Amino acid sequence: MAVPGSSSSRRRRRRRRKKGSGGPPRLPQKGLGRVWGSGHRPPARPRGWGLCCPSPAPPNPGGGGQAGTPRPSRGTRWGGRIPEPRGAPVCYRPGGISLSGGTGRQTGPAGDPTGQSGLGKSTMVNTLFKSKVSRKASQPGQEERIPKTVQVQSISHVIEEKGVKMKLTVTDTPGFGDQINNENCWDPIIKYINEQYERYLREEVLITRKRKIPDTRVHGCVYFVPPTGHWLRPLDLEFMQRLSKIVNVVPVIAKADTLTLEERAEFKQRIQEDLKTHAISVYPQADFDQDPDDRLLNDRIREKIPFAVVGADQEHQVNGKRVLGRKTKWGIIEVENPAHCEFPLLRDLLIRSHLQDLKDITHNVHYESYRVRRLNESNRPALSPLNGLPGKGEGSSNL
Amino acid sequence: MSTGMRYKSKLVNPEEKQDHEKQYVGFATLPNQVHRKSVKKGFDFTLMVAGESGLGKSTLVNSLFLTDLYKDRKLLNAEERINQTVEIVKHTVDIEEKGVKLKLTIVDTPGFGDAVNNTECWKPITDYIDQQFEQYFRDESGLNRKNIQDNRVHCCLYFISPFGHGLRPVDVEFMKALHEKVNIVPLIAKADCLIPSEIRKLKERIREEIDKFGIKVYQFPECDSDEDEEFKQQDRELKESAPFAVIGSNTVVEAKGQRVRGRLYPWGIVEVENQAHCDFVKLRNMLIRTHMHDLKDVTCDVHYENYRAQCIQQMTSKLTQDNRIESPIPILPLPTPDTETEKLIKMKDEELRRMQEMLQKMQQQMQDQ
Repeated sequence: MAVPGSSSSRRRRRRRRKKGSGGPPRLPQKGLGRVWGSGHRPPARPRGWGLCCPSPAPPNPGGGGQAGTPRPSRGTRWGGRIPEPRGAPVCYRPGGISLSGGTGRQTGPAGDPTGQSGLGKSTMVNTLFKSKVSRKASQPGQEERIPKTVQVQSISHVIEEKGVKMKLTVTDTPGFGDQINNENCWDPIIKYINEQYERYLREEVLITRKRKIPDTRVHGCVYFVPPTGHWLRPLDLEFMQRLSKIVNVVPVIAKADTLTLEERAEFKQRIQEDLKTHAISVYPQADFDQDPDDRLLNDRIREKIPFAVVGADQEHQVNGKRVLGRKTKWGIIEVENPAHCEFPLLRDLLIRSHLQDLKDITHNVHYESYRVRRLNESNRPALSPLNGLPGKGEGSSNL
Repeated sequence: MSTGMRYKSKLVNPEEKQDHEKQYVGFATLPNQVHRKSVKKGFDFTLMVAGESGLGKSTLVNSLFLTDLYKDRKLLNAEERINQTVEIVKHTVDIEEKGVKLKLTIVDTPGFGDAVNNTECWKPITDYIDQQFEQYFRDESGLNRKNIQDNRVHCCLYFISPFGHGLRPVDVEFMKALHEKVNIVPLIAKADCLIPSEIRKLKERIREEIDKFGIKVYQFPECDSDEDEEFKQQDRELKESAPFAVIGSNTVVEAKGQRVRGRLYPWGIVEVENQAHCDFVKLRNMLIRTHMHDLKDVTCDVHYENYRAQCIQQMTSKLTQDNRIESPIPILPLPTPDTETEKLIKMKDEELRRMQEMLQKMQQQMQDQ
């Protein structure tokens, strides 16, 4: 039984990283291979959902075509419902990611971290997915020249949790913003995103098309802003202006352990003003809130955008517990402590609550506008090369 | 390396004093005389800070000199910044400590490295430095040399971003454009975002890249062999910790019952003056307490002399081109006259030559007659 809203096609959220993994993909497994590091451990004691996710209490079950599953479910923006997991037992490590995929099929997201080199993008992606999905640039012996043009490199992994498999594709863009002259350094990135839309479009308009169209579209772009503490730089503004029109952009303040709490609050406010002045709509976009519940939830998130994050992949001992953090001479910065940084909020947004939403918006909004543009362009000549699709205006959308 | 230590006068007992009196000329007091005069005259120092915005330059300058030079600073908003070009802003402040006056000038470079296209963004800075040299050159070659104002830049603190993996192309280009004109001291800014192992790696990386690109940063002079061991040890530590990883702060926070300058985070307090936390103390000691005079000396003896030699060479080559007599004292080119006056000068020259020719002819005629 299909779960409406959450499409059964694989959607991969690409994460673009500006610099970093120059090497070949670490784990070249495709298909159903599990990539989760240290082997499958039995679930530990359960943890309440409330601890992990800021979403409000789930609405009444039984809404919207969710036959068969008695679980409470959460409304998505597009009418379908996603089953909420019950108390998510810890799988591999404390705070394990809980994904709701329902059918156990691969529902891979694709993510795209973007930002200048050295802002901690690889570490962040590794911390988010608790596995070494991206290879860090600062490894010894690795040739690390700053490339002259922005390149786009993709690595795919299949990760699994509690029977739910996810094909994660992280797309990196080394070379962004590193040169002296950075004009048009966003062009290769825009080209790449449009190429993925084009690929999907071509598959979609075929006469005999596959049941599950391979989805290589970028679902989310995480943009790393350097923690200068002043304003957004011209480069950041230009990039986000252009990209927020074609993909979901989530700005984050990278390496936020260099800002005190007051500085952080001021910086965020200035960034929000900047975004408003330049009419850059970042994810979650205010135009797409469907019902008041969603609006409330998203408003709360919008107040905190951009999240000030700190990434870490080393564990330290704090008060008898092992936590992920950075150990400095003046203290240990705990990555998962909400008093220290906003990494848990980012993780919850991207994975636990809004992952499906990201995919939906990509599919229903960004892809559609791309499609409309393309069809309008290529309708001047007839569309017969594309397998006899009827002319303008009749391309019905079953999506 | 205080004056006292250097020029310790030997203590003599009263018995030997009489003998010494006979052989004692007395010029061992010269350093004290110099000391007194220079204290009366006061010192001056010009420091330039360069680097991308948001790296903590102003905060560091305020922390170094315990002043508030940037009180009324207004941060530009996005629209203003898009069209910003690199400016040169000077702040001057007179500070005094224990009777010694210092006229401190800070040259700031807002807008450096901020635009999308940063090609040649260091040009205004090199032009400024050259201008100061040129002005000093003119003053020095002028007639009245009593009150020459020395605006030459003695030291440039270049802030390297800790968020990268080493030097970026704009850093390399900037340093290469300036290393022959000014003493460059590279610093790693905002070092509180790095853990100790990362700092070490970054420093090594930067040192390698500086060697690789042939950038001549300011080298600490070797200490004399008669200095004591502790001093030599300090000097060695100083050299090994270049480039300094600094953190700046002018706010006072309470840490372990003491009031210290630092930054308060939820996970701890970073103390600026704690050597285990950052290299701020080393930078301050180096810049102010031990090497300030050496920086000025290197600027005068090396960079300025290079500039002067270049300048003179250019001028003499121009003079020989114009076929005029070389004068022993290089004549500074007058401020370039505009085209009209040049034409006039040429006309007058022509006239003079014609008249000379006529005179010669007349003389010859007279001789023939």
